[in-house]
Amino acid sequence: MDGDGLRLNMNGLDYLILALYFVTVLGVGFAARRAIRTSVDFFLSGRSLPAWVTGLAFVSANLGALEIIGMAANGAQYGVMTVHYYWIGAVPAMVFLGIVMMPFYYGSKVRSVPEYLRLRFNRPTHLLNALSFAVAQVLIAGVNLYALALVMQALLGWPLWTAIVVGAAIVLAYITIGGLSGAIYNEVLQFFVILAGLIPVTVIGLVKVGGVSGLMDAVRDSKLGEAGLHAWQDTGSTANPLGAQWIGIVFGLGFVLSFGYWTTNFAEVQRALSAKNMSAARRTPIIAAYPKLFIPLVTVIPGLVALVTVKGLGAESGDLQYNNAIPLLMRDLLPNGVLGVAVTGLLASFMAGMAANVSGFNTVFTYDIWQAYIRRDRSDEYYLRIGRWATVAAVVIGIGTAFIAAGFSNIMNYIQALFSVFNAPLFATFIIGMFWKRMTALAGFWSLLLGTLVSLSLYLLYKGGVVDFNSDLEESFWGAGLAFVTAVVVAAIITPLTAPKRDEELRGLVYGMGGIDLKGDVLAGDAAWYRSPVLLGLVAVALAALFYIPVF
Amino acid sequence: MSNDGQPAQDPLIDETQAEQRRSAAARLFDIRRVIGGLFVAYGVIVTLIGVFDSRAEIDKAQGVRINLWAGLTMLAFGLLMLLWQWLRPAEPPAPNEREPGS
Repeated sequence: MDGDGLRLNMNGLDYLILALYFVTVLGVGFAARRAIRTSVDFFLSGRSLPAWVTGLAFVSANLGALEIIGMAANGAQYGVMTVHYYWIGAVPAMVFLGIVMMPFYYGSKVRSVPEYLRLRFNRPTHLLNALSFAVAQVLIAGVNLYALALVMQALLGWPLWTAIVVGAAIVLAYITIGGLSGAIYNEVLQFFVILAGLIPVTVIGLVKVGGVSGLMDAVRDSKLGEAGLHAWQDTGSTANPLGAQWIGIVFGLGFVLSFGYWTTNFAEVQRALSAKNMSAARRTPIIAAYPKLFIPLVTVIPGLVALVTVKGLGAESGDLQYNNAIPLLMRDLLPNGVLGVAVTGLLASFMAGMAANVSGFNTVFTYDIWQAYIRRDRSDEYYLRIGRWATVAAVVIGIGTAFIAAGFSNIMNYIQALFSVFNAPLFATFIIGMFWKRMTALAGFWSLLLGTLVSLSLYLLYKGGVVDFNSDLEESFWGAGLAFVTAVVVAAIITPLTAPKRDEELRGLVYGMGGIDLKGDVLAGDAAWYRSPVLLGLVAVALAALFYIPVF
Repeated sequence: MSNDGQPAQDPLIDETQAEQRRSAAARLFDIRRVIGGLFVAYGVIVTLIGVFDSRAEIDKAQGVRINLWAGLTMLAFGLLMLLWQWLRPAEPPAPNEREPGS
């Protein structure tokens, strides 16, 4: 069995299922084209989508390669503690975005996250963030593409370059043609296909190990032991599988890293900006929080099943790395038919991740770089055309970075980790700027720049061996926390020394300045109690807390 | 500049907002039809595979007729999506802003 490695035994019907999916995805792109006449149609779906569509796209944009494969790997390596990435590391931040921050984003009619910085602070802050976001997105698109190609090579035997070009061509086609609507509609479809692929793996895996109690017994006998079944026990010290104390989990992961990612990452926020009114925009991340609560069932459980059923899982290299947990289960447990659905779901998740990067990039490039600094005052058609070319450029550069990643896969992982640390100072700058009207434009710029430099330096010192941490994860907690504190301190020092913005410039952008109408564009039915963002959000947070009880 | 109740204004955003009146977003189709269609197709294919599954395939799946179950579930889900769309058709977004004859 080790001879053919991870190769799956796909037959004609499995390929038919895969081909049907590719055809549907392209069809969605072409069908979305009819709905594009202006740049807002292309970049923000004409701000017309219902909340359930934007909500599922919001969660799907995050269900990329690194998420599914990576979280199952974490499940096998760290056990139940992996749920922290979902229940404390995602849900509270998503709810905060919907309840507290979305009124400023959607109400001010900004077309992107960097654009908020231009209005709230100044053009240098804006340009700094727009450029770093654009660079990060094409690099991460390349990483996603490379991961997609690796899986297609291992599972289907396709050559690496064929897989890279085919994956890129499909994403390119449906976004260039269908714009954000093409991306979002496909993300909703991908969400269901990914689940259809992962649920059979989980169910059969559980049957194999004798249900939940059988799985728990087997994990106790594995190398994780009893600790693999608890999320909070032993977090008073670092003597737990994740090597993290509760304070690091709560403040590092639960606050700085997670709020930084979910509330300021435009590839996510863009989905909410395309909602049809304020209520739908606020509900977008909150609706997404509900599936997010349950996703560990289909990532962490397969990870644990792989740990106890695949002998030798956890090798440093080769087929038995933790990252192959889900592909190994697919190979061992799925007959043709559901196997085709599972492979399709895996490929769908890679394409969803890359599409989110590309559609975030083309919007920021067009509105925040090209229109703001290079060619102003052209017609809307002109910017629509630029957006299509930016999409082509993003995918072509993505292919380039994918080939670079092929040579230096570790370096690309570092880049990914690095940009996640960049989010912490950005979040600090946002949150102070939104709630402290006195904060000046210069303070915004220096908070963002110095916070970023601090996290960058700490990261480089760690990689260079000058500073020592227990794990990469611990470094990212500290890097994010330090960057956050730096941004706060810099804002507090520079603000009193510089001139504030006039009150009327801050309307709709800062808390307590007025200019935000939560009810103005309300549609019939949105007033129903079960569509209240605050209620839905609080229930999601309460569920996240309840879910911890059985795995405390 | 600051009309009451309005957020701060910006020329670049205003340009795009003005253009939005020409938006063709009302012509967006309903994604529920696509999801429903794809899952009905998957359901039929996988259910049929499940009906003709051999002993070896069932044994591989730990004795579960997974193709049959997964196929029927996907079929039911697809039909539910189509039913939802049929019962609650989508209303086009903000018809008050559309220009006549677009």
